[in-house]
Amino acid sequence: MVPTRFNKLEMQLSEKNDIDESLQDLGDHITAGIGDAVASYSVVHSELTLVTHVEKIAKVLKFLRDDPACHFSVLVDICGADHPERAKRFDVVYHLLSMHQNHRVRVKLETDEDTQVPSVIGIYPAANWFEREAFDLYGILFSGHPDLRRILTDYGFTGHPLRKDFPLTGFTEVRYDDELKRVAYEPVKLTQEFRNFDFESPWEAAEYLLPGDEKASEGQNPGDKG
Amino acid sequence: MAESQIKNININFGPQHPAAHGVLRLVLELEGELVERVDPHIGLLHRGTEKLIENKTYLQALPYFDRLDYVAPMNQEHAYSIAVERLLGIEVPKRAQYIRVLYSEIGRILNHLLNVTTQALDVGAFSPSLWAFEVREELMTFYERASGSRMHAAYFRPGGVHQDLPPKLLEDIHAYCDFIEKIVGDIDALLSGNRIFKQRNVDIGNVSAEDAQAWGFSGVMVRGSGLAWDLRRSQPYECYNDLEFDIPVGKNGDNYDRYLIRMEECRQSVRIMRQCIEQMPSGPVVTTDGKIAPPKRGDMKRSMESLIHHFKLYTEGYHVPAGEVYAAVEAPKGDFGVYLVSDVSNKPSRCKIKAPGFSHLQAMDFLCKGYMLADVSAILGSLDIVFGEVDR
Repeated sequence: MVPTRFNKLEMQLSEKNDIDESLQDLGDHITAGIGDAVASYSVVHSELTLVTHVEKIAKVLKFLRDDPACHFSVLVDICGADHPERAKRFDVVYHLLSMHQNHRVRVKLETDEDTQVPSVIGIYPAANWFEREAFDLYGILFSGHPDLRRILTDYGFTGHPLRKDFPLTGFTEVRYDDELKRVAYEPVKLTQEFRNFDFESPWEAAEYLLPGDEKASEGQNPGDKG
Repeated sequence: MAESQIKNININFGPQHPAAHGVLRLVLELEGELVERVDPHIGLLHRGTEKLIENKTYLQALPYFDRLDYVAPMNQEHAYSIAVERLLGIEVPKRAQYIRVLYSEIGRILNHLLNVTTQALDVGAFSPSLWAFEVREELMTFYERASGSRMHAAYFRPGGVHQDLPPKLLEDIHAYCDFIEKIVGDIDALLSGNRIFKQRNVDIGNVSAEDAQAWGFSGVMVRGSGLAWDLRRSQPYECYNDLEFDIPVGKNGDNYDRYLIRMEECRQSVRIMRQCIEQMPSGPVVTTDGKIAPPKRGDMKRSMESLIHHFKLYTEGYHVPAGEVYAAVEAPKGDFGVYLVSDVSNKPSRCKIKAPGFSHLQAMDFLCKGYMLADVSAILGSLDIVFGEVDR
């Protein structure tokens, strides 16, 4: 019983290594094909991630679609991600799939509120709604998009709800007003403070600085002072 | 003859229309009865699921996935659970894999029966939906007996499934498989050769294999166009590699082919369910890693450590190593994907839900152009749209 299980595990591991290796080769192939357009690539969790620049995205996706070894014929998804601590706060993430070669790739680029990302509708018509969604939820601008309207939020909505600085409760609440005979919009009133717990574990995360402790390190490293 | 002005007609379809399959608003531009332009307005069911998930722990985020495609709830949980498992790097026990596959296939039957029969309803056939709902009701009872809930199960958890199945339940599901096949056969006999049903569906909503890829279709929408693409076979997950089943593929890419594929997939799902029950191994149903899976109630009465683990897991939750994964499963409607980004905290930093219906619905303009007004609802029915997952 034990040896077979071990063999199976070993088999799975070698299978995983094979996938990683072939993705590594694919990454090398793409970097060789479009040179400076790919800033870097990595294979983590058996997934290939390419990092590119805003202005190069159309070139990268066109290559990935048309190159016979890549043949990424399907645009699975485009989405934004917010990292407010960075100077260029938004990530735009493209997920591609090749049904012919049976592999996936992720392409990432960084942008901010003002930098426009070239739209890729010309390469993948499926990009249309995904770009509208990223604009709606994050405020990422796409240049060359024929119809950059809001898509998921309400008619007349302001703000971009998936940004990290947008509160979970939003700013307005709605109810049906029987006197006005229509839906009325009002500022959010919470009867109880919204509960947001800090889960940082006191056993793992806290650094205890006892008064006087700093003197010990000062004594060891006099050069550090000041 | 006096010069006359011809103007295109704009009509508003939905959001309260029985053939809109939920809350879809379509703005249609017609020339006579021919459709010139379709502009779907979505978002009427937008609940901010992705924002809510960013504010919940990994376990608390799971029930939101039941509320996406509420026709086949567990299939959504499956994608999310796989994403979390990949980030954590944990293995799912064999028995849990079989249970997951069993319930995923029940979900597929739930979905296809609803879709096929409501599409028949859209084109004028009433009785198939009544027959299918009898089966769906019983299948949801199986959901209930496993998880305690008919729809919002929260049964697949990162690491396995929540609780083990009683042996009697497995027997009952196995015994019920025959009845599912009988009802599928009955619906087949009613619809497949039906003249009206064929007139409304054959050669309507044709999609070529190239277009299906360019528009990002998946699932039945690409298989109808002749591409044998099914994640259960092409990128196998769980125990699908150990099971025998066929992938039905269409030829013409029209509504009727997609209907036939859905019917055949129901039969294949029954086949998978039978194999799962017959081959079901024994053993744990959730990972034995106490830092991920909560302890058994019995252990908590005796072991202090279990009690602490239980408390920590249900308050703070577990911390997931930093990284990003994209996990996709073959949901009944197509490839359902979850793109999960983790910083080291106990909450996802970003969770993008890629719903197959979103890509399918955005092609409405492309699919309906040039068809008659009456074909819009037939095409919409064959796309298999559920607004829970499109609007998120």
